[in-house]
Amino acid sequence: MQNLAPQMDAAPIAPLLELSGITKTFPGVKALNNVSLELFPGQVTALIGENGAGKSTIVKVLTGIYRADGGTISVDGEQVAFTSADDAGAAGITAIHQETVLFDELSVAENIFIGHAPRGRFGLIDTAQMNTRAQEILDRIDAPLSATTPLKDLGIANKHLVAIARALSVDARVVIMDEPTAALSQKEIEELYDLVERLKSEGRAILFISHKFDEVFRIADRYAVFRDGEHVGAGLMSDVTEGDLVQLMVGRAVDQIFPSRTHSAGAEVLRIEGYAHPTEFDNINLTLKAGEILGFYGLVGAGRSELMQAIFGITRPSAGTVYVEGEACTIRSPADAIANGIVYVPEDRGKQGAVLGLPIFQNVTLPSLAQTSRSGFLKLAAEFALAREYTERLELRAAALDQDVGNLSGGNQQKVVIAKWLATKPRVIILDEPTKGIDIGSKAAVHAFMAELAADGLAVIMVSSEIPEILGMSDRVIVMREGLIAAELRRDELSPETLVRHAAGIGGQA
Amino acid sequence: MNDTARHIPDRLQSPALKAFKSWETLLLAVAIAIFVTNSFLSPYFLNAWNLSDATFNFTEKAMIAFAMALLIIAGEIDLSVASIIALASTAMGAALQLDVGTWGLVAVGLGTGVLCGAFNGLMVTGLGLPSIVVTIGTMSLFRGISYIVLGDQGFRGYPSEFSFFGQGYVWWVISFEFVLFAGLAVLYYILLHRTNFGRAVYAIGNNPTGALFSGIRVARVRFILFLLTGLMAGVAAVCLTSRLGSTRPTIALGWELEVVTMVVLGGVNILGGSGSIPGVVIAAFVMGLVTFGLGLLNVPGIVMSIFIGCLLIGVIALPRLWAMRRT
Repeated sequence: MQNLAPQMDAAPIAPLLELSGITKTFPGVKALNNVSLELFPGQVTALIGENGAGKSTIVKVLTGIYRADGGTISVDGEQVAFTSADDAGAAGITAIHQETVLFDELSVAENIFIGHAPRGRFGLIDTAQMNTRAQEILDRIDAPLSATTPLKDLGIANKHLVAIARALSVDARVVIMDEPTAALSQKEIEELYDLVERLKSEGRAILFISHKFDEVFRIADRYAVFRDGEHVGAGLMSDVTEGDLVQLMVGRAVDQIFPSRTHSAGAEVLRIEGYAHPTEFDNINLTLKAGEILGFYGLVGAGRSELMQAIFGITRPSAGTVYVEGEACTIRSPADAIANGIVYVPEDRGKQGAVLGLPIFQNVTLPSLAQTSRSGFLKLAAEFALAREYTERLELRAAALDQDVGNLSGGNQQKVVIAKWLATKPRVIILDEPTKGIDIGSKAAVHAFMAELAADGLAVIMVSSEIPEILGMSDRVIVMREGLIAAELRRDELSPETLVRHAAGIGGQA
Repeated sequence: MNDTARHIPDRLQSPALKAFKSWETLLLAVAIAIFVTNSFLSPYFLNAWNLSDATFNFTEKAMIAFAMALLIIAGEIDLSVASIIALASTAMGAALQLDVGTWGLVAVGLGTGVLCGAFNGLMVTGLGLPSIVVTIGTMSLFRGISYIVLGDQGFRGYPSEFSFFGQGYVWWVISFEFVLFAGLAVLYYILLHRTNFGRAVYAIGNNPTGALFSGIRVARVRFILFLLTGLMAGVAAVCLTSRLGSTRPTIALGWELEVVTMVVLGGVNILGGSGSIPGVVIAAFVMGLVTFGLGLLNVPGIVMSIFIGCLLIGVIALPRLWAMRRT
């Protein structure tokens, strides 16, 4: 247990952690099928795969949250069995999750040592020792934090550092990082890379899950690719190109180019005049035509989502009018918005987009119940028919329509949400960060589908923080800054520099 | 996108198989076991009139439990139902002094229930307060009003016509209350399992934000549920007052917990999102049969509540233990 240094002999390094033949089945879905994975001391292994490929499941098996149906896990060549998260922790495996699980009301030190705090007399927590040791760990990773600060006073990036410090506090030999950079700025990402380098030099094995290829090529030594719950390839990063990995991931070559569209805007569908909100946005005027994709770009906190939620009736504006096809509408609730043909695909799928505990077909028909029922009484056959029509059009991957949405992968949950809205036959669809956190294959599918919708005459608003997506998909772009429209740009005026300048308010004229 | 359409089946297992594996089936087995045990233990059990009497142990509570089931599935709760009975019964007693006639009394009882439900609903949906806090408050408030009006007195002298609701028989041993219970069971079954409203109840219980973002009028549904629960407490107040023939401020004391017990025993998730009316109906019978059977065996009341408590914990723990064994 003490000898963490990698053996520098001529012989190949033995894997620190070895999984082989791991299988995990859920009702109707084989999440992992006979997969293997090797992690080496002092090396970063990137785990790559589309949504639903089984990445999250293998992490849960590794950390003792799920028990595999078959297969073996070996640490240092010795076979182990994890029956709980504690077992995995004791074997030196720890995970830093995408959404870190921390406690806002506790201090940094308490968060770091939760569950394994140093004990003093009478088994009480030795606060002084805990704070000292926490501070040592924080200093070691150059985190500019005090161990006694309450966690709620920290920003998202610093919370991440706390999560990493927690991983180090148990002296983990295997560190799993699940999309650690998703919520970080560029500077914070650089700091994270430094930290990963340090963990490597200490001889720890790191499993790095990411959707970003530049990141994987920068930081990983090895790769492992999963597809549909199966292990489809592994090796050294130096032996592959980005194209090779994409091909392995999706099993086919993916057209990285955005779908080509002929811009043929029809009649005006949506017009918003003088929309204002006491705190979030002011003086918003916009028009949207049938068959048009209007991009909304801005920094996080520019008020884009807040504006969209006001248009959808979640919050009420303090002033302004919405016109749909020339007629003024009163929108006081999402139900009013839907009745007027405006629908919204929110950024937060799990909480706002879908009802995870209900079956797929009930999610799809939830806003269309008036259509699938007779005088308020349900007609199940009509519901299944409607759900089938739209989920199959979106190529949903599910075992059955009465399966709970919570059992689907992120990309497929998004498909259920989109199917739900298309079934209402909307005139305006607002997509808020539609491809956030989904893999490259699903992204291309969503983009192709958006183009298809616009071609069918739907008016599309796409809120996105990804510049390539804004550039590739929009006919027109509105840039928001601090709750105001900073610029409205035609397609031929678009460039990454212009977008960033307007969003950040640099230089006035672009 | 490729052209090969992927066919997704409607269901993985047949509805019949799903029903067989359900909580309700387990509960039904428990009910039958209790019935059989009782008929062996006491010679008086298998007697039509005795069994008919036994139904009064649960009919009034079950009426409230139907509405409470919907409320709990939607993620709310109403702990003031027993106090609503007290207030509604007191209001009927006061109306009695004004000589409003039998139907006038019924209208006052139901009206009071609806008003109390509306008050709870407004506090929860209008002010956004948690229902458990609001209804613990109104639990004291409603019964408190009853105590102020009545002190240690009571109302008596309800008209003989009025006694039909709690003491009348429709045919042979079939009481009016039992018919009402059965009718309401069917109505609530349809409302929860066969209408758009019922679907909205499940959606809200699973994820209120997601339901709102899907165009469900969440506040309206919640308000209607509180109104329905108040109305059902009013119905129970009419039946109970008629059966007892008097009103005292201690009427239906502690019933709120028995109603919630019935709902939870019926398989409704106390955290909301799942449950069914058949489950609640069977749970009503289970509780009624246990109380009646133990009564025939001269078991004291306190032992009965211990037994009901153990039954509740046992029946809830069983599937959990089963699930733990399988993973």
